[in-house]
Amino acid sequence: MTQLPPIPEGDLLHRETIRGGGMWSKVIGRGKTLRLTDLEGGANVGLLLYNALERHERYNMPDTLKGQHIFYLTAPYCLHSDMGRLLCSITGDSSGWHDTVCGCSDAKLVRQKYGEKTYEEARNDFHRNGRECFLIELAKWGLSEKDLVPNLNLFSKVISDEEGALSFDPTHAKAGAAIDLRCELDVLVVFNTCQHPLDPNPQYAPKPVQLEVFRNAPVVEDDPCRLSRPENGRAFQNTEVYNRLRF
Amino acid sequence: MLTESTYEPAQAVYRHTILAGDRWMHVVRQGQIFRIHDLEGNQAADTLIYDAHHPDDRYSASDTIQRQGKLYLTTGSVLYSNLGHALMTIVADTCGRHDTLGGACSRESNTMRYALDKEHMHACRDSFIRGVQECCEHHLDKRDITCNINFFMNVPVTPDGRLTFADGISAPGRYVELRAERDVYVLISNCPQLNNPCNAYNPTPVEVLIWDGDR
Repeated sequence: MTQLPPIPEGDLLHRETIRGGGMWSKVIGRGKTLRLTDLEGGANVGLLLYNALERHERYNMPDTLKGQHIFYLTAPYCLHSDMGRLLCSITGDSSGWHDTVCGCSDAKLVRQKYGEKTYEEARNDFHRNGRECFLIELAKWGLSEKDLVPNLNLFSKVISDEEGALSFDPTHAKAGAAIDLRCELDVLVVFNTCQHPLDPNPQYAPKPVQLEVFRNAPVVEDDPCRLSRPENGRAFQNTEVYNRLRF
Repeated sequence: MLTESTYEPAQAVYRHTILAGDRWMHVVRQGQIFRIHDLEGNQAADTLIYDAHHPDDRYSASDTIQRQGKLYLTTGSVLYSNLGHALMTIVADTCGRHDTLGGACSRESNTMRYALDKEHMHACRDSFIRGVQECCEHHLDKRDITCNINFFMNVPVTPDGRLTFADGISAPGRYVELRAERDVYVLISNCPQLNNPCNAYNPTPVEVLIWDGDR
């Protein structure tokens, strides 16, 4: 696994660790990059992205897949909105595969897989699930069930056979794997660190991730994400027009 | 899995032809049988489904994919909502595979996918937006338009993670039939896509039929 380049100390804006089964939401402005690192191996980050200013514009699974003829994400691919624009581009990735289609867990699935563990008995080690974490964070931004769309599952690898049957690779998520998401718009980032819904581990064992935000260099004409597909080049142009008119 | 229906078109309680590029929205009651009939073959019927009483609870591509552990839809597939409820079940299918990943075209995504000057062309999301604005008392809007099913479309994924748009596997007269597991609104944009070779750049009509189930 090739490590991502270290963040220059002067560019780092923020660093924190999110424990397993945690959740987080903040707006990250364009021109800044979010780096997420799987600290122990086996992490999963359920991720949703919205345009921070027009929150009905959001991450769109089909446009992301169709625009790049892919079924998973890695560098130098991009995360498309439903408006022909880019929310983020993946400028670095030492993981190599991030799931785009399997969605998140809910209370029933977590109960069936791991049993009941309430706050009363376990305090903050109680069992959480992806859907409730999303709904809690979304509500803080005026968003709700209507805004729940297929999310990304960073660090999780799910492959499809010829018949479309899916299988989860439990050996994929390695300690130290990291992904850089460069924000191309002002992006509302909403994520949780609950286990992947198809994770075969019978134990409730969500893993922590480190989160860092740093200032990135301006996007140049020969940027690898821009050149990775003609579709991405056009999405960059649409995004630049939006930002030029808006700001 | 190819399975034929036992329902006769002459006994349908509702029949309607959706012309190429048009939209259609209608209630299908719990227990009713709903068929989409690909009249001329290789058409894409872009379909959204909502709980008729609580439309925030609507078809979810990722819940459907996750719960069946499979990307494609055919006989026996259950279509799940974002809150985990079964909305419809496919009970007959003479096509054999339907797409959950490809989503719908929009004017904006056409500029990204094909060329910046394609923005003027009619696209499915416009049909979806007008469909929810006109046909539903629940005041739905763009936020309610999520990742849809593409009946009759074939979008194979390779084991190394590539997404391909293969020639259609449908043909004139093929159909898919679903049983409503609760009262649902079905919204179809009969895809007007003129950029995609899958329909030979020739969108064609589809027919929808409804039967009262459990005869």
